[in-house]
Amino acid sequence: MSKDKHITDIEEKEYTTLNLGPTHPATHGIFQNVLKMDGEIVIEGESTVGYIHRAFEKIAEHRPYYQITILTDRLNYCSSPINNMGWHLTVEKLLKIEIPKRVQYLRVIIMELARISDHIICNSVVGVDTGAMTGFLYIFQLRENIYDIFEELCGARLTTNIGRIGGLERDFTPRAWELIDIFIKKFEPALKEFENLLMRNRIFMDRVIDCGPITAEKALAYGFTGPNLRAAGVDYDVRVMNPYCSYEEFDFTIPVGTNGDTYDRFMVREQEMWESLKIVKQAIEKVKKEPAGVFHADVPEFYLPPKEEVYNNMEALIYHFKIVMGESDVPVGEVYQAVEGGNGELGFYLISDGGRTPYRMHIRRPCFIYYQAYTDMIKGGMLSDAILTMSSMNVIAGELDA
Amino acid sequence: MTTTLLDTVGEKLKTKFGEGIISSEQQYDFPVFTVNINVIYDVLKFLKEDDEMGYTFLTTLCGLHYPNHAGKEIGVMYQLHNMQKNLRIRLKTFVSVNEPKVPTVTTLFPTANWMERQEYDFFGIQFTGHPNLKRILNVDDMVAFPMRKEFPLEDGTRDDKDDKMFGR
Repeated sequence: MSKDKHITDIEEKEYTTLNLGPTHPATHGIFQNVLKMDGEIVIEGESTVGYIHRAFEKIAEHRPYYQITILTDRLNYCSSPINNMGWHLTVEKLLKIEIPKRVQYLRVIIMELARISDHIICNSVVGVDTGAMTGFLYIFQLRENIYDIFEELCGARLTTNIGRIGGLERDFTPRAWELIDIFIKKFEPALKEFENLLMRNRIFMDRVIDCGPITAEKALAYGFTGPNLRAAGVDYDVRVMNPYCSYEEFDFTIPVGTNGDTYDRFMVREQEMWESLKIVKQAIEKVKKEPAGVFHADVPEFYLPPKEEVYNNMEALIYHFKIVMGESDVPVGEVYQAVEGGNGELGFYLISDGGRTPYRMHIRRPCFIYYQAYTDMIKGGMLSDAILTMSSMNVIAGELDA
Repeated sequence: MTTTLLDTVGEKLKTKFGEGIISSEQQYDFPVFTVNINVIYDVLKFLKEDDEMGYTFLTTLCGLHYPNHAGKEIGVMYQLHNMQKNLRIRLKTFVSVNEPKVPTVTTLFPTANWMERQEYDFFGIQFTGHPNLKRILNVDDMVAFPMRKEFPLEDGTRDDKDDKMFGR
């Protein structure tokens, strides 16, 4: 082979185009990435999103406020209760409803349990994608227990539609408290066991350290929020920056990473689960000090009266009719309320023109915003690293595509 | 607090851009500034790069449509965050529906890339200078801009549904 021949060989190097998705079993959802591959190395990629777009923002313009909660369920369906609460908080802010402390603490319990279940999914799936199925099998039982709690609270497991504008639809039952207790007792040893399996496991560490890293500057420029941003070293958390639901009264720390790689994202989520558990315990203590039986604010124009009153009481019947038909007066204005969702800052921007439905509702979906960095993060890495990067970023198709 | 964020930022913007700042108001916990389309890019650049401002994080960006506001039907809302001081502000700008051209902010905030694509997809806002302005959530061969108010939520040819009572 002459020297010239060798040079032209390099010039005519052929790249492979690889369709990763839309329904690839390793991507956990409907994601398509068209990758240009040099052997096993990703040269560049292009993401296609929108496969499960359901036009939530448009539908929301045609529905009264209380009917939009179920749309939020279907955003990040791994932690629907946080989305539900985010929406309730947005409308309550618009209506200037003061929520009793006890309800706020109950909401905190629900949201933190949802966060734990969200992080359980993400972290155990990172394990599965590295080939460690065991951790996943051990810890997924605990997610089941959280879903049992949600089932006891609202009747649903996945798409919870939990809570109402002005409070919760019903008080926590004694059985629910019991289930929460059981969960806390079982969760601590289980999470410890899960950590023992992966956290300092040499094989796991070699696999995930320096896999899909992102710097803090880049992460901020790409609009990262939540655990992914914290893994890069920025301690931004909505619960601390703009507290809602009395988060300022709780004692918890915000774990941060340094490299923003898969290991840091894993560790931040791992630590957040412990912090969430701490918050749940504190909230349980705080609830005990509040007057029992309070589970909603006194806002008859927006909070549905109990059924027996609707049948026997004129006033309750009128309110019931007004709420269901969307005839309650809503102030004109615009609000933005953010909550710390499982993946980052989940924001609801709402414009009301006084009508029965929002004039405009825009959702700041953290997944959609940080997923655009994905092709940038996997460039130059191996294909198998791309899979891990995606699962450790916890991209949820429902939230991505709205 | 005697001086609010609305006053301090408003004053700064007024001295720098004068007539470019059309109005300012407080909406719940957010100061909202309506900015002329000619200076929106400069205002955002100023807010991001000025040492005293430091609004370096673009939280979100979304399109708006007011069919009855003649000449400024289409709007864009930007929400900025100064993470160090934890201050948030909102900016709005409006353009005519006949020529919905808004300068892109992708050069200032890379995160605006997909956000702007989304708003182009749903409102037909032409972000001039955007590196890859094409549809993102809807199919590529769609011709309408579905978040505009005149676009029906459901197929207009259906007569089996009556929205008199429950529709907007």
